[in-house]
Amino acid sequence: MSWLRPLVLLTPPVGWFVVIYLAALVTLLITAFWTIDPFTTQIVQSWNLDNFRIIITDSTYWSIIGRTVGIATLVTATDAVLAFPFAYFMARVATRRVQTLLFAAVLLPLWASYLARVYAWILILNHSGVLNWSLQSIGLPPANIGYTNTAMWLVFSYIWLPFMIIPVYAALERVPESLMEASADLGARRWQTLRDVVLPLAAPGVVAGSIFTFSLTLGDYITPILVGGASSTFIGNVVYANVGIANNIPFAAALSMVPLGIMAVYLFIAYRLGAFEAL
Amino acid sequence: MKFGAFAAAAAVVLTACGSTGTTPGSTQEQPPTATMKPQTSIGAGEGQLNLVLWDGYADKSWADPFTAATGCKLNLHPAGSSDEMVSLMKDGGGGQWDMVSASGDADLRLIYGGDVKPMNTDLIPDWQNFDNYFKGPPYNTINGIHYGISLQWGPNTLLYNKKKFPNKPTSWQVIYDSANSGLITVPDNPIQIADAALYLSKTQPSLGIKDPYELTQKQFDATVALLKQQRPLIKKYWGLATDEISLFKNGDVQVGAAWPYQTIQLKAAGAPVDDTIPSEGATGWADTWMLATKATHPNCAYMWAKWVSTPKVQAMQALSFGETPVNSKACAEMEAQQAGSCHQYHADETGAAYFDTIKFWKTPLADCGNGSKTCIPYATWVTAWTSIKG
Repeated sequence: MSWLRPLVLLTPPVGWFVVIYLAALVTLLITAFWTIDPFTTQIVQSWNLDNFRIIITDSTYWSIIGRTVGIATLVTATDAVLAFPFAYFMARVATRRVQTLLFAAVLLPLWASYLARVYAWILILNHSGVLNWSLQSIGLPPANIGYTNTAMWLVFSYIWLPFMIIPVYAALERVPESLMEASADLGARRWQTLRDVVLPLAAPGVVAGSIFTFSLTLGDYITPILVGGASSTFIGNVVYANVGIANNIPFAAALSMVPLGIMAVYLFIAYRLGAFEAL
Repeated sequence: MKFGAFAAAAAVVLTACGSTGTTPGSTQEQPPTATMKPQTSIGAGEGQLNLVLWDGYADKSWADPFTAATGCKLNLHPAGSSDEMVSLMKDGGGGQWDMVSASGDADLRLIYGGDVKPMNTDLIPDWQNFDNYFKGPPYNTINGIHYGISLQWGPNTLLYNKKKFPNKPTSWQVIYDSANSGLITVPDNPIQIADAALYLSKTQPSLGIKDPYELTQKQFDATVALLKQQRPLIKKYWGLATDEISLFKNGDVQVGAAWPYQTIQLKAAGAPVDDTIPSEGATGWADTWMLATKATHPNCAYMWAKWVSTPKVQAMQALSFGETPVNSKACAEMEAQQAGSCHQYHADETGAAYFDTIKFWKTPLADCGNGSKTCIPYATWVTAWTSIKG
């Protein structure tokens, strides 16, 4: 009965995965091919591609998808640039004590509610907020970036930064000291070692972090509502409006396929870049 | 949201869509619960009452005395939007909710969804004192059957900063004017399309818009085009009343569409704002207490409807919310609680002429109300709203 033990051990996690995760995804996929009766808003269970046709032919959805992916990319790049030096310092320069302190500093914001942190940014960025007040007190003109896409970019970059720092830190910490010494022994300068030894070895960590920052931004709909402006609709907002207001669940399901598809492509590329070895 | 079931079958449809004199409501396809006979007397209270309501609609100042008088303990679930109310009330409230304080844009969805059932107005003595329009308005009364008891109403006003606009704006044009680019806010709600339609009905009479909730494709396209032109001028589409208050307070916006509630709150906070109903008129909301089809505490529900219809409670709610009571006897109570408030909230306006300037929210249906089914239904309003916001 040597097969029994692994079977018993594997059943709960595999069962959970199939029932909770895959079943939900399959339901979503099936619903996306249905439509609603425009008069009764009842779901009509006839197979067709209408929802996808609307998404592809209506330029509104292209601009919303483009904005969502664009800002997610920008946030990811920003976080990578901010996180790398920080994580490098934490992993390779700081003493044990400072390292612990920095860890706490990175993780501390995660203890506060997401909403509280976003609202804090509203207080900073709005017309009579801290930013404009500071600018004016040193004689500069006000920067009206409250309720714009710039505000969204700032807030997203701030909120997801810890999710980039931790995997980059993990990757950098695993770079063996001996490789750096060997590089130095062979006559490489510090920046050469950084470019040719440290960066390639840290890259999977950056890619792993980018999965978090990219997917978290891609799926968000609260920050666009709170700090976004007139043209800040994200894919998530349209999904939300179709479920909550229009009761058009099939269309919402079809639109949800878009970020799902984008993430599938993204994860495949990340996999090829070796990101999962750093997780 | 099965409101359109009748639209497809509306072969003979006569709609009392205007607002003249005593309105018998609309004459349309019978809702699913039309044949349910409402109770003819109020029995002993069940000790509990579960309400889905706008935040503050069961304020302690009138809810506690109610519980003390009737023994009905209130369990409240404040909803954030009309759509949340509709989804909470699905399946007749599911036996979980007894009543909902629904607004006009949700009413027909609830009625035709079979989620609410007819109510007996004879059990509400104060109903006789309601302003004629609110005894049977088209958004809660179908074929003479009342699917709820009218509560309060208010106009959607034009809110402006007095420093930016020393002279009171007289037209909604200010929120479509590129001179105010980046200073405008309007509600993030598909029903906002009706505001633009109302504006066009006066400024472009050739479109022939009679009712901003019954738009043909051509009228709808013109309205959407106007709103798309407005989009670059908008600072932010507001979701919650408190969002708009902070936008005005912080100086992010100077003019926008609002409710009297925001004006009252902002004035109380010392902000230099005022509101007005421009010459084109205004849209308005009107709330109704509706009884869930599967209500498990109907006696407490009727006691509550009776309680909130009394002049005193009507006046209290009006003053705490900046709304207008439907009970014409509430005026004296309002004056007693706060002098001058009756006129300030237009509670002394009873003529049909005044109500003609307020186009009350109702769910847009494919049925144009004249036998034609070519009007644009609410689902399309929602899609269009997405494309307007881009």
